[in-house]
Amino acid sequence: MRRYIARQLVQLVVVVFGISLLAFAILHVLGDPVLLLLPQNAGKEEFERYRHLLGLDRPIYVQYWKFVSRAVLGDFGKSWYADTPAFSLVLERMPPTIYLTLSGLVVALVIALPLGTVAALRRHSWVDSLCTAVAVAGQAAPIFWLGIMLIIVFSVRLRLLPASGYGTWQNFLMPAFCLGAALAPITMRLVRSGVIEVMNMEFIKTARAKGLAEGRVVVKHAFRNACIPVITVLGLQFGQLLGGAIITETIFAWPGVATLTVESIRNQDFPVVQCAVVLLALLIVTVNLLVDVVVGLIDPRIRAS
Amino acid sequence: MSTPSRVELTEMGAAHIAASAARQATWRRLLRLRWGVGAAVVLLLIIASATVAPLIAPYDPLAVDIRHRLSPPAWMDRGTAEHLLGTDQVGRDLLARMIYGGRVSLVVGVAAVIISATIGVLLGLSAGYFGGNTDWTIMTLINVMLTFPFVLLALAVIAVLGPNLVNMIIVLGVAGWPIYARVVRAETLAIREREFVLAGRALGMGHVRLVFRQIVPNLVSTIVVIATLQVAQVIILESFLSFLGLGVQPPTPAWGNMLGEGRVYMLNSWWIATFPGLAIFVTTLVINLMGNALRDWLDPHLKL
Repeated sequence: MRRYIARQLVQLVVVVFGISLLAFAILHVLGDPVLLLLPQNAGKEEFERYRHLLGLDRPIYVQYWKFVSRAVLGDFGKSWYADTPAFSLVLERMPPTIYLTLSGLVVALVIALPLGTVAALRRHSWVDSLCTAVAVAGQAAPIFWLGIMLIIVFSVRLRLLPASGYGTWQNFLMPAFCLGAALAPITMRLVRSGVIEVMNMEFIKTARAKGLAEGRVVVKHAFRNACIPVITVLGLQFGQLLGGAIITETIFAWPGVATLTVESIRNQDFPVVQCAVVLLALLIVTVNLLVDVVVGLIDPRIRAS
Repeated sequence: MSTPSRVELTEMGAAHIAASAARQATWRRLLRLRWGVGAAVVLLLIIASATVAPLIAPYDPLAVDIRHRLSPPAWMDRGTAEHLLGTDQVGRDLLARMIYGGRVSLVVGVAAVIISATIGVLLGLSAGYFGGNTDWTIMTLINVMLTFPFVLLALAVIAVLGPNLVNMIIVLGVAGWPIYARVVRAETLAIREREFVLAGRALGMGHVRLVFRQIVPNLVSTIVVIATLQVAQVIILESFLSFLGLGVQPPTPAWGNMLGEGRVYMLNSWWIATFPGLAIFVTTLVINLMGNALRDWLDPHLKL
């Protein structure tokens, strides 16, 4: 087990290194910070002076080293727009994003677990067909459109739910449903195929032969085993889930990291963008690592391979 | 020419029967895939309408009709027959804008997919064929890219490069390659050890010829299936970027920026945001249906 975790840790370091390179490259290779900072009519000397001031006239690897050695200490520079450290700005917005992501995950599981299991147990029935149809439609519906439709129906027409804002449980309903609906189709397919696979296994026959009630066979024996691929894939999909949260946040004006990032991009506030990118990546790889460890604990076969 | 012998006749007959049986099987399978065929027809209609937009659109997509600002679809009260799906905040015809808007989505979708498929297939082939350090490097790159939300990456890069059509195609194209690379690598690893590749190597074929003549032909159907499904993903992302104002800039009609503009008016004029979104939904739906059918038909073992 220790070697398994060590291997995952090495991978984590490599991925974080890659992301930091990416975040650095976005600003320094693709664009020129000075060009973005100074007004267009600034003179040539002005540009040179700023370039020297920001250390941009030094070799690119020196600049990268400076960026990394500061970033490790949580120093991503000050926001060009708000005059506060980018790090604290991003950290402040982290909890809403995490809550949204988790509640989206819960919604997805509440939809997908029962439907996927029923679809697997009653294969080729109308429930199964209905699930497939809902899954196909769900995968095609863009989250941002679904969100707007929800707002039009529930906020504008029926006046039941707030269209934006944060704090009360009513605020959570639409964003969480929106994100959950985006994640539910793939989860449902995973649950369905997982349960189908498990139901054909020997230990299910054994359980039945022992005379266990069918409900108990499904819940205690089949379902638990079917959960392993679901946990793995959902964990690895955490990045995509966060991507969905980014889209959802912008629709419902959710005060999370994504809204901040989009605002910062509009304002060309790159320290904040870089910081958000790196911290989100860190969050994603940590979750991936935890999922790997948890799955390894549940299923010894994975640990060994 | 001599008359064919009996044996030859029987062989010809057998071949004929086999061919017609194969044809029938193909038709049967196609029938089973009627959802896919239906979807393909709808998709063709969408492509055709976007292509001949100037001929079929009822108005110029930029023409302003200030008398009919924010007029609802024709079947509602206050709707006018002049504008079937209603108009937007400056009185531009929504139907015309939707027909034109399809052009952006389809062009971006196809162009970006061609770029990412090219990059992904080449990297996947190198990783799978050469193995070792090449494989390790490319796999690490894939892991980095797959870890990170595609949306955020696209947002950040667009912010630096500036929003326009070409940049969007480049970003979506460059960011989308890992899925191809991962699948192609896995398949290449398996094919690399098959007899016909070993035979090719024994005959003294070079790497390039082995890869492109022996391995790639076996991957074509897989790549086609992934590429089809990816077009839908790219269209959704493109719309999202345009929706945020980081994609195609107004007044050029694109489904995404129409949706973004409509969002401002959703309190009173629900139709402006609803119809472009519906267009995105239907397009991605039929592409997905077609992709799934293609997968069942060409490559039933592929797991995506």
